[in-house]
Amino acid sequence: MNVSRRGFLKLSGAVAAVSGLGISLKPTSAHAQQLKIKYAKETTTVCPYCSVGCSIIVSVRDGKVINTEGDPDSPINKGSLCSKGGSIYQMAVNENRLGKPLYRAPFATAWKEVEWEWALEKIAENVKKSRDASFKRTNAKGEVVNRTEGIASVGSAAMDLEECFTYQKFLRGLGLVYIEHQARI
Amino acid sequence: MTNHWVDFKNADVLLIMGSNPASNHPVSWKWIQDAVDKRGAKIICVDPRFTQSAAKAHLYAPLRSGTDIAFLGGMIKYIIDNKLYFEEYVKNYTNASFLVNPALKLPGENKGVFSGLTNGKYEKDTWSYQTDASGVIKKDKSLKDPNCVFQLLKKHYSRYTPELVSRITGTPKDKLVEVYKLYGSTGKPDKAGVELYAMGWTQHTVGTQNIRTMCIIQLLLGNMGIAGGGVAAMRGEGNVQGSTDHGLLFHIWPGYIGAPTASLTTFKEFNEKRTPQTKEKDSLNWWKNFPKYSASFLRSMYGTNMSINDAYATMPKLDDGANYSWLMIFDQMFKNKFTGFFAWGMNPACSGAHSNKVRQALGKLDWMVNVNLFDNETGSFWRGPGMDPKKIKTEVFMLPCASSIEKEGSIANSGRLMQWRYKAVSPVGDALPDGDIMSEILFKVQDLYEKKGGPHKEAISKLTWPYGKMVGKHFHYDPRMVAAEINGFFLEDKKIENPTKKGEFKEFKKGDPVPTFAWLQDDGSTSSGCWVYCGSVGEKGNLAMRRGQVDATGLGLFPEWAWSWPVNRRIIYNGASVDPEGKPWDPSRAVIKWNGEKWVGDVPDGVGDPGKGRPPFIMKPDGVASLYGPGLTDGPFPEHYEPLECPVEKNLMSPQKNNPVIKRFDKPGVGSELDVYSGVTSCDPRFPFICATYRVSEHWQTGVLTRWCPWLAEMQPGMFVEMGEELAKDKGIKSGDKCIVSSARGEVECSAIVTPRFKPFNIDGNTIHEVGIPWHFGWITTKDRAYNPGDKKAEVFTHGDAANLLVPTIGDANTMIPESKAFMVNVVKKGVK
Repeated sequence: MNVSRRGFLKLSGAVAAVSGLGISLKPTSAHAQQLKIKYAKETTTVCPYCSVGCSIIVSVRDGKVINTEGDPDSPINKGSLCSKGGSIYQMAVNENRLGKPLYRAPFATAWKEVEWEWALEKIAENVKKSRDASFKRTNAKGEVVNRTEGIASVGSAAMDLEECFTYQKFLRGLGLVYIEHQARI
Repeated sequence: MTNHWVDFKNADVLLIMGSNPASNHPVSWKWIQDAVDKRGAKIICVDPRFTQSAAKAHLYAPLRSGTDIAFLGGMIKYIIDNKLYFEEYVKNYTNASFLVNPALKLPGENKGVFSGLTNGKYEKDTWSYQTDASGVIKKDKSLKDPNCVFQLLKKHYSRYTPELVSRITGTPKDKLVEVYKLYGSTGKPDKAGVELYAMGWTQHTVGTQNIRTMCIIQLLLGNMGIAGGGVAAMRGEGNVQGSTDHGLLFHIWPGYIGAPTASLTTFKEFNEKRTPQTKEKDSLNWWKNFPKYSASFLRSMYGTNMSINDAYATMPKLDDGANYSWLMIFDQMFKNKFTGFFAWGMNPACSGAHSNKVRQALGKLDWMVNVNLFDNETGSFWRGPGMDPKKIKTEVFMLPCASSIEKEGSIANSGRLMQWRYKAVSPVGDALPDGDIMSEILFKVQDLYEKKGGPHKEAISKLTWPYGKMVGKHFHYDPRMVAAEINGFFLEDKKIENPTKKGEFKEFKKGDPVPTFAWLQDDGSTSSGCWVYCGSVGEKGNLAMRRGQVDATGLGLFPEWAWSWPVNRRIIYNGASVDPEGKPWDPSRAVIKWNGEKWVGDVPDGVGDPGKGRPPFIMKPDGVASLYGPGLTDGPFPEHYEPLECPVEKNLMSPQKNNPVIKRFDKPGVGSELDVYSGVTSCDPRFPFICATYRVSEHWQTGVLTRWCPWLAEMQPGMFVEMGEELAKDKGIKSGDKCIVSSARGEVECSAIVTPRFKPFNIDGNTIHEVGIPWHFGWITTKDRAYNPGDKKAEVFTHGDAANLLVPTIGDANTMIPESKAFMVNVVKKGVK
């Protein structure tokens, strides 16, 4: 069943109207709920928003997220979620997600969709150019510093632990010292 | 967090100050309520606004933003004067008995500053301890010596009388005393009190000292290390604990290893300077292991591609004393320091203090890479309000990344709990996991250096990156392999003596996981990306994936649910939950106990065998917790100073108005022409109201994700300014009216929300108003901005731009976290001058 948000509102309106006719709502809603995640594959995740670390069950059918709900097994949230945690369905099922790399040339007035390969190559060239031009072997005192002064980075607590570790490896390998993120603000 | 979320249920008194968990960490309230329902716990809430947390509290006290140290300093005085402190704990587990250099001058006798202030910086020689001929710190266990820490603490806070505190904070005196009395009741061995803070304490020019003041209180009351106690730093992002653990900050490598400075020219010198020494004979001084962690980290960077000494030499170094933090990045960017910039999973055009300066600075770059799930104000800065794209040179790449349910990996919550997340679906469109994106950029950069050469090329070409394989055209990064590297493994066959059992040896093969950080080596035979995570992945697999439900102590430790650092310990400093003989202070809430042969309960912290005299705070060189903290830049005891922008002419506590060692961007040659302020030297009638930023339950951070989610955007559709009924009446503003909130740096259009939740403060006889604004909004999801064909358009529009447009460029003296919680604004109804 493919129900859009607006469609769902209409549907619940229809159910209310039917129940108004004196037909018991109970078996209907139980039946509908069971249908929603039938034949779905479940995986668990942890909410990406605040730092409480609530567990969430994600139900997937045919490669699409069809439901997300609090995980009752978690000793932290025991199935509860707040307004944000309850909405992560919309982070995956959302027409406004970026699906293509976008490029804005100097002085351009609009974005242009580009291919990954093209974007990554151009970024790598930029990185090399900025690094080569700003790399300092020694500082004003003559001490060895081996650093790239012309590139800075902010990010990111939105990444996984593993990505955070490799991101700092990537940045320090490039010689950056201007490395910061959300924890400072 | 010293403890963890479920542990709130074990508290008798919960002090909510500097945070609003009911709104911002809503599910934590399950455990706060549990404490109330099952133990009869009491909740205290101290906040400028009557928040949702205040509504559920038993006792609410208002205070003016930026006066927390005055408020809490008064509590220290009350606790000491009324002998509410836990004497045995204070004597044995803190530095209360240490004798300090008699030359130290306290602010009360030195015009509001400690001795040693020269040119905006403290020389700390008078802050030292007295030592005997062999270097051991002199002590007075009776706590009577006038130079002992306890007596100095008493003397310092004797100035913080309820009368004076009330004039500064605007808190009615009877409310102050009521809070002091209730919280002070947790100083008994069988009582536990916990403090819950968040950005309400960090975002001040005295942020670090706000938290220090509370640590002093918790130590006086014996609340550290016990179930239901501790200081709860409630983080604002799902993995901000983990991103900090992994060193995504200029000053630390992963595992809180201070990044090297240029004067430390060799690895040997670095280790010698950074490894703390102690003459206290019973102290374990855990950081003596520093060289094992630094060597293992360097191995995780370069493996055996070069020697450890060469790896150290290869790594970038900071200039001694220089600061490369957030505010500096955007200051330097504004001054054309950078050609390139990564804004990875971030939206600084809305999250950065003084966002106008940030947005201008982005236009000075040659190129920027912005990785995000949605279009945002940073990636699209060149077409934002007031920008003319035709004049902006910056080349921008906006790369689409996978969301948290479209890849796998782990995150660490505030309780240091590392939990695994699984991939549920493939990323949207051509979006890729962040790990894949950074891998591919690195490989392409490595190729370029291989082909064309360049300075210090080996720093890049010799990095190890054994995290996966090419699948089709793309590198597929395997987070499980990274997790194993973070944990650490042996680089060669090795026989090692068990660090906890003398005479017992264990043999490891090359490639074996290192069992815990106690087994890490300083000779290059082990690699470990982040020593505090050592023990997370091993023979039993990746422990972050565990889902065990056992809770043997009944305290909610759940030791088999996922894994927490360090070594799966759920309550750190728990060695302080037992007396020097090893008996729990409170047997009904025993975190650890000795069963005659070994410790049972939580993974013990800092204890040797019972009664052997080891002080439990093993991360401190001297083994005890610091009532007196000479390590900070702005004083060994917290002292009240006014926020940089403030509504008062004078600091009523002393002649020193502001924190004397903050970096002042308004001084000649420091900041930029955009760094303007109001109300610094004297009150500025143009901006008469205090303003603080805050959050709502329905949005996250700058709203970079949540504004694009229609359910959430419908519930909280836009920028508002919350104000009290008295101020609204004065200004002729009604709820729903469009208003302009302005500071010396910019303005934001807001809808007015008039509530009785803000009340005017009586500050030394003057009526002072405070207002609040949420910081979740930005122009990209608004209806009236220009749209190009093909632009993403939010299903539910929001209104208003970033709160940070108003926030000044000024940071905490120790951390440089911006002062977003106390600055000066004006509010007018739109169209009214």
